[in-house]
Amino acid sequence: MGDTVFEVAPGWAFVAVALLGGLIYLGAVINGLLATRATGRAPSAALRWPVAEAARLLRQRRRSTVSADSLLWRIGGAGMLIVAALKIAVIPLGQWTLFDFDAGLVWFNAMDTLVWALIWLVGWGGNSAHALVGGYRFLALAVAYELPLMFALIATAVGAESLNVGSIVAAQADLWFVVWMPVAFLIYSVGAVAFSVWGPFASALAPDIAGGATTELSGVDRLLFFAGRYGVLVAGAAFAVALFFGGGFGPLLPEWAWFLVKTVLVLAAFIWAGRKLPLIRPEQFMEVGWVLLIPAGIVQDLVVALVVVNR
Amino acid sequence: MTLETVLLVAAALFSVGLYGAISQQVVVMVMMGLELMVNGVILAAGAFWWFLSPEPTGQVLLLVIIAAMTVEMAMGFAVATLGHRARGSDMTDTATELKE
Amino acid sequence: MTVIGDILFWLVGAVAVLSGAAVFWVNSMARATYALAISFVAVGLQLLLLDQAYLGIITILMMVMEMAVMAVYMIMYMGMNPALMPMSMVHDKRLSRAIAIATFGLLAAGIVLTPWPSGSPLQVDDVTLALGEALMGSKMLAMIVLSPVMVATIVAGVSLSLPRGRYDRYGDDLQRRRADDPQPGGVGR
Repeated sequence: MGDTVFEVAPGWAFVAVALLGGLIYLGAVINGLLATRATGRAPSAALRWPVAEAARLLRQRRRSTVSADSLLWRIGGAGMLIVAALKIAVIPLGQWTLFDFDAGLVWFNAMDTLVWALIWLVGWGGNSAHALVGGYRFLALAVAYELPLMFALIATAVGAESLNVGSIVAAQADLWFVVWMPVAFLIYSVGAVAFSVWGPFASALAPDIAGGATTELSGVDRLLFFAGRYGVLVAGAAFAVALFFGGGFGPLLPEWAWFLVKTVLVLAAFIWAGRKLPLIRPEQFMEVGWVLLIPAGIVQDLVVALVVVNR
Repeated sequence: MTLETVLLVAAALFSVGLYGAISQQVVVMVMMGLELMVNGVILAAGAFWWFLSPEPTGQVLLLVIIAAMTVEMAMGFAVATLGHRARGSDMTDTATELKE
Repeated sequence: MTVIGDILFWLVGAVAVLSGAAVFWVNSMARATYALAISFVAVGLQLLLLDQAYLGIITILMMVMEMAVMAVYMIMYMGMNPALMPMSMVHDKRLSRAIAIATFGLLAAGIVLTPWPSGSPLQVDDVTLALGEALMGSKMLAMIVLSPVMVATIVAGVSLSLPRGRYDRYGDDLQRRRADDPQPGGVGR
């Protein structure tokens, strides 16, 4: 693999988006299953719930607020789904990729930063105090998680001696990166959960500010935003598989199947962990990010660099 | 797409930025004008590298320009914060003298 | 350059210039900031068209982050809040416009009249690798200079903008065990 990663025709983008949609649904179902287990309801409700919620939001009439900045608001709402689709474009599914890009890792990182803008725009556009507080909370959190995340990504690039995602997967033929870069994987997981505004990092959407950035979102905008949030989480999980879990490597099954199985497992782990861990306030996490995670990431990079130089 | 056309786009960006940098009254808006000027310079440097440079290391110039922009922005925000704290305003007209 | 490349170039170039002009046209600070972000993204895409994968993406990455932060500053420091009340925040408008147009005229004349050498665009196998090797090899001085400048920027920025020093945090004799911060940090220092 790796050398055999080849770009498929652009038409396959539709398949990729359909796959993303399926994984988004699956993510919502996993979350629903965990919720039904916690509340003691029948698990079958979890299968129905995403569909029912989508149908409800599609039929819901769009609310608006006084002097809302509709343009920016709509961009923010629809943007998450687009970011998720752009993120998965550089991820190789087995030996196929949509965009075999030299600097695929940096591409993924650039798409992360779009989330900064989008969450803030959703918060700003509604012209509502709680929503704007949510937007600011996310930016404060983003400053704390983005730099450690960059160092975690650098570790994999150094380990594979390439910024190309296909080459990074190929470099794990013998040993998955998660085995000898555990710190980078942990930091990456924190970043991936954080840029999906999920679990402990969901303070931008927290109940104490009435849903935060999404307070005033309704109808199809709300559906797109929350689907996009699951989409970004799915992209984060898929990228974790490519960077740390050897992509499509595995016995018996074809590479694409292994990739999907691993992605679903990582996604489920992210969702489960996000539900278990308590919410962390942005100003608390700021110090954790800068005092603990950044030095840990730098030490991890150093260790990886030493291994690469001496092997 | 020739060198001339890319440079013309870069020149347009630079001129728009220049307009902003000298006409705006608010420090942050002035900085946005400066950024737009640097934006044009980035594009021009990229075009020079692609069309003219005999060696691939011309990209280093671009990296230096981008780095210069980050320095400009960080110091600009720091000074704007300081100025705002000192006199509760960030209009360039009130910052003509640096003492309080 | 292919036809598609040409069309893309003109499209992205127009987006870059128009959204750049929109920065000083729109009267909402959020829109102005994000118009500038779009202008930068367009220039990043232009760099991608010019085969500079890494630098183009880095431009997009940095500028989107920067503009997200810039929007916060814009709203924080606009004393009279033009977000709610649109107002003109310019001085010397006519003179500035004249200077800008004259500058563009001069630059354009220079660009059109200069006899540029007509070399064909060179083909580099791996542009990103070439950049990395240049930075760590023949052009290392650039990196050596940039690094301390960056560190100095961080230190200077923090010391300029920080209202409280260590005496505020740890007391006049620096004997306080736990720092007295308005916002406690997450590590418990």
